[in-house]
Amino acid sequence: MAKPMTMTEKIIAAHAGRDHVNPGDNVWVGVDVLMTHDVCGPGTIGIFKERFGQNAKVWDKDRVVIIPDHYIFTAEDKCHRNIQILRDFVREQGLKYYYDPDFVTSEPGMPNPYKDPTKTSYKGVCHKALPEEGHVRPGEILLGTDSHSCTAGAFGQLASGVGNTDAAFVLGTGKTWLKVPPTMKFTFRGQIPPYLTAKDLILAVIGEISVSGGTYKTMYFAGDGVSSLTLEDRMTLTNMVIEAGGKNGVCDVDEKTLQYVRARSNVDHWTVYKDDPGCAYDCEYEWDLGTLEPLVAKPYSPDNKDTAHNCRDVKIDRAYIGSCTGGKITDMIFAANLLSGHTVKIPTYVVPGSTEVHADMLRLNIQGQAKQEGEKSIYQVLEDAGCLISASSCAACLGGPMDTFGRLNEPMACISTTNRNFPGRMGHKDAGVYLASPLTAAATALTGYVTDPREYVSEPIATGSAGVL
Amino acid sequence: MPAVIKGKAFVLGDDIDTDQIIPAQYLSYNPADPEERKYFGMYAMVGVPAAQSGLPKGDMRFVPEGQFTSPYTIVIGGRNFGCGSSREHAPLALAEAGAKAVVAEFYARIFYRNCVNGGYVLPCQCPKRLVDEISTGDECELDIEANTLTNHSTGKQYPLDPLGDAKPIIDAGGIFDYAAKAGMLKT
Ligand code: SF4
Repeated sequence: MAKPMTMTEKIIAAHAGRDHVNPGDNVWVGVDVLMTHDVCGPGTIGIFKERFGQNAKVWDKDRVVIIPDHYIFTAEDKCHRNIQILRDFVREQGLKYYYDPDFVTSEPGMPNPYKDPTKTSYKGVCHKALPEEGHVRPGEILLGTDSHSCTAGAFGQLASGVGNTDAAFVLGTGKTWLKVPPTMKFTFRGQIPPYLTAKDLILAVIGEISVSGGTYKTMYFAGDGVSSLTLEDRMTLTNMVIEAGGKNGVCDVDEKTLQYVRARSNVDHWTVYKDDPGCAYDCEYEWDLGTLEPLVAKPYSPDNKDTAHNCRDVKIDRAYIGSCTGGKITDMIFAANLLSGHTVKIPTYVVPGSTEVHADMLRLNIQGQAKQEGEKSIYQVLEDAGCLISASSCAACLGGPMDTFGRLNEPMACISTTNRNFPGRMGHKDAGVYLASPLTAAATALTGYVTDPREYVSEPIATGSAGVL
Repeated sequence: MPAVIKGKAFVLGDDIDTDQIIPAQYLSYNPADPEERKYFGMYAMVGVPAAQSGLPKGDMRFVPEGQFTSPYTIVIGGRNFGCGSSREHAPLALAEAGAKAVVAEFYARIFYRNCVNGGYVLPCQCPKRLVDEISTGDECELDIEANTLTNHSTGKQYPLDPLGDAKPIIDAGGIFDYAAKAGMLKT
């Protein structure tokens, strides 16, 4: 009998041409997909050319995916120049998968955003666009020059962030070395209650194990609680494993995963791996979803956990709903259901995670169904509640250039559905960011104080097939 | 990699993330352009909150305002150094500013990997909490062969963790040189 392995170990073994690997082994693996964006792309391309030569070709032009998303809506000319570097590289290499912000021209100043989100080659935030555009499947290895590349692990693959040098090496060779990580198992029991989203689950995990508790490790999310989540909500779990220092995060592949991948994948074969019975875990944690409360992470660390209820006296100046963590269509549906018929008390910034999310906000009602004549769209509901809604991009999630939509340019308290609240992450060093679910962020937007969404939500919020088909 | 790294220490606390090491607003400089690359040195560590910048006193700049290089050679950190964003601009910024090594209790994975594979700064680990032992400005010396850090200002010496799996790559100068030596690359 072969020694039992975890999903991640099996994926690494398969990509290293081995029967078996053990945690701690260093192996060379073939990479299936390499993703880069406008912030790390130019540096990666620079190293690639320096090392492999000016005329070098990438190892496989169908496996390199470039998704500009970070610094799109800014007047800063260096940002436009960086997009041009990507365009030149794509043309020169003949890359198949590039999602151009076609409205960024050689004109100086702030670009005029796309008019119709369905009629632009631009996609928005890379981690949201990757699965939408069919680059994510079970069993593969995906690397990206962005730490939240771990998001794709929700689909039962090994996905992890790398730096420019590693990415340049992959560009030229299709290979990288990996140290096989041990797997930590986090089990959630029960069904997700209406007042929680996956954001609360992952804040509970990070609060428990700390911002370094997952360092060098795989974080595996299991149990019927995870099965009860939509694919988009599972992406919220794996998205934030990096906030615990994790190398990658994974969820089991089930019918929901396969439905998504069958509808989207641009390759028609993949391999589903699962943990062998009796495989070794580094450690195991378990939660009962019925006893979890809505949580926040207080400034200045994602592990600075508290309940929303305990923070009810904390005055908040701004709400932000967006990013690869909390800017998906289901996040918008959660926020819209809570805000429907109300008016926000504090400036509330909404940034769709992708142009598809943006289009769905216009197309769907707040039950996630195609809106009928006379019904309001998600977008209208949010707008009527007083939210400020922009085009899709990373926007203020990482601060960015000074003219970025929603950037915290002065000290203030912000509740945000994003993933990091380090000093200065969303702009000003002295601004305090409270990380929360879209429900908690929306409830807080209505009162101006950190607010437990149970004050507004009691019925389950349906999301239909939003974000899947 | 030189056998000995000598110079002044700059001391920081725990969980120094890469947004603090190089804030997002400076990431539009292209590291592949030598003229623009210098600016990563200029802005290295400007995101560290003043109270934590240059311990124990705080309120010290790693790189003097308006300059491109730092008077400090060895960065001393606590737990989880380099957490957060994968931006390779972070170790690059430290190296551009003139730092040669970081000595921390332990690192966040991607930062460590970027240091090793990109050959920017030497990422050493010390089991002892040096943040409480060394003051910003102390004259320190890293002996790579003996694997020790000496604080000449106090006369104390600290053993470092072995570099382990990363050593051959560090010795080669980064992942490209390592792979070339191992015959994996034709460059
Ligand atoms: S939305 Fe935020 S976390 Fe996600 S890729 Fe963009 S900057 Fe990074």
